[in-house]
Amino acid sequence: MRRNGWLALAFNALFLAFILAPILVVCFVAFTPEGFLSFPTHTWSLRWFRAIANYPEFIDAFFASIWLGLLSSAIAVSLSVPAALAIARYRFPGREPITALFLSPLMIPHVVLGIAFLRFFTTIGIGGTFTGLVISHIVVVLPFALRLVLASAAGMDRSIENAAISLGASSGTVFRRVTLPLIMPGVASGWALAFIQSFDEVTMTVFIAAPGTTTLPVRMFLYIQDNIDPLVTSVSACVIGLTVAFLVLLDRLYGIERLLAGRAAQGEET
Amino acid sequence: MISRATAPWLLAGPALLLFVGVVLIPIAMTVLLSFHRWGQFTGIEPVFILDNWKEVFADPYFAEMFLRTFRIAVAVTLISALIGTPEAYVLHRMKSPWKGICLLIVLGPLLISVVARTLGWALLFGGETAIVNQALLRLGVISEPLRFMFTETGVIIALTHVLVPFMVLSVWAALQRIDPRVDDAAVSLGASRATVLGRIVLPQAVPGILGGAIIVFALAASAFATPAIIGGRRLKVASTLAYDEFLNTLNWPLGAVVAVLLLAALALVIIGANRIVERRFAQVFE
Repeated sequence: MRRNGWLALAFNALFLAFILAPILVVCFVAFTPEGFLSFPTHTWSLRWFRAIANYPEFIDAFFASIWLGLLSSAIAVSLSVPAALAIARYRFPGREPITALFLSPLMIPHVVLGIAFLRFFTTIGIGGTFTGLVISHIVVVLPFALRLVLASAAGMDRSIENAAISLGASSGTVFRRVTLPLIMPGVASGWALAFIQSFDEVTMTVFIAAPGTTTLPVRMFLYIQDNIDPLVTSVSACVIGLTVAFLVLLDRLYGIERLLAGRAAQGEET
Repeated sequence: MISRATAPWLLAGPALLLFVGVVLIPIAMTVLLSFHRWGQFTGIEPVFILDNWKEVFADPYFAEMFLRTFRIAVAVTLISALIGTPEAYVLHRMKSPWKGICLLIVLGPLLISVVARTLGWALLFGGETAIVNQALLRLGVISEPLRFMFTETGVIIALTHVLVPFMVLSVWAALQRIDPRVDDAAVSLGASRATVLGRIVLPQAVPGILGGAIIVFALAASAFATPAIIGGRRLKVASTLAYDEFLNTLNWPLGAVVAVLLLAALALVIIGANRIVERRFAQVFE
């Protein structure tokens, strides 16, 4: 009963083919030597990768996305750590609704968030600015960071902290030398997941990005809406390549299923 | 020394302030916006009227569009459950290193830009690179090419691809809780493979399937980039319609009605479904 039969393995192969097909197609077509969308049947060519250099809007958008991701994930994680400690360790009135509020961006459609931010930012006068983008991305990626930090904090052994306190450590020292190192796996993976969520976000950002401050996925999306050509496939192939490299690294460090399921490194706590 | 009563508020305070200021207030403003008046030349007037709501409820165009959104979301949820559940079971029984490799391939795409993944389907469906039709024609399944671009079928296939990993993840997590010795016990008592699957594995996977279905349904009903690229301007769903009202027609109050309706409908479905799942399967979650 512990082994998969040939039927199960055939199904698995088909399923993997379904998952990989669109991703591989983008990567293949990106190497076409032709001026139109086609498979590179005779030779491979890097012409469409070189062509990206002539479109500074993609390159600018890429760096904007990287900065946005770094800033918003760093701030989201620094807000998540104290919030997770509060939720994991204290029973206070309003604990459950506050947790639900922090996790709500996972369930509120990003279209609705985009509309709400567009309305809000134009009202308070930061519509179309990078500041607005950072604020909105902090909100959207915070639940991802919070879930992983929370899982680490909940699974932590408090007796080590108590030992440090009984040996005379100040609360600052306890946090820096004991608590933070112990929840570090959750913090690091939370930061990584928050960064990648910010880097990929398109639905909400498309509402609030201005032509001058736009992100790479939004730039790609708007380009595809007009027409699909080999240029946008080579840009997409670069994005896929970078993400896969990041992904394999994350999988080695933390385990992808744990990262996505939001479970503690210790396993059964949540 | 800070007291135990104030400490959690100090710790959670910064994030709480941000979420009240930047989530609750903007959403309240959007609800309010849906009651404002809009004119082609006058713009948005801050008055309280029900005209936008009446328009959305009276015009069959909006009913059709919401119905299409619902239909697509239901289809994507069903297909995801049908193919995601067996895949999760196959993964569950795999041994490393294959298990790790296959999990990475199935779950990894969740982190790849949805624009890039949808572009892949646009390439597979249309133009010189339309392998789906070429393969079906060569296999003799169809006699003339099917239309995928700008159709519901195309949107459903691409959205299933985008969302099915959530189903696999959810079912896989549920299967992890099963004690493998129960399987062995059933087999040693003479149960056939089909009996073990139907009477032992499936019942324990059901909470995972339902949990995954809620996530997939919510994300499918509010999906934007995939229906916008595959469905184009001809095949509107709720989110792409709201986008058009906000950024093309500039009728923000009407767009706000669509957004608020989508949010309310989803909240009802998610909360209702969660209640049912929790009540029905309370014993499984212990």
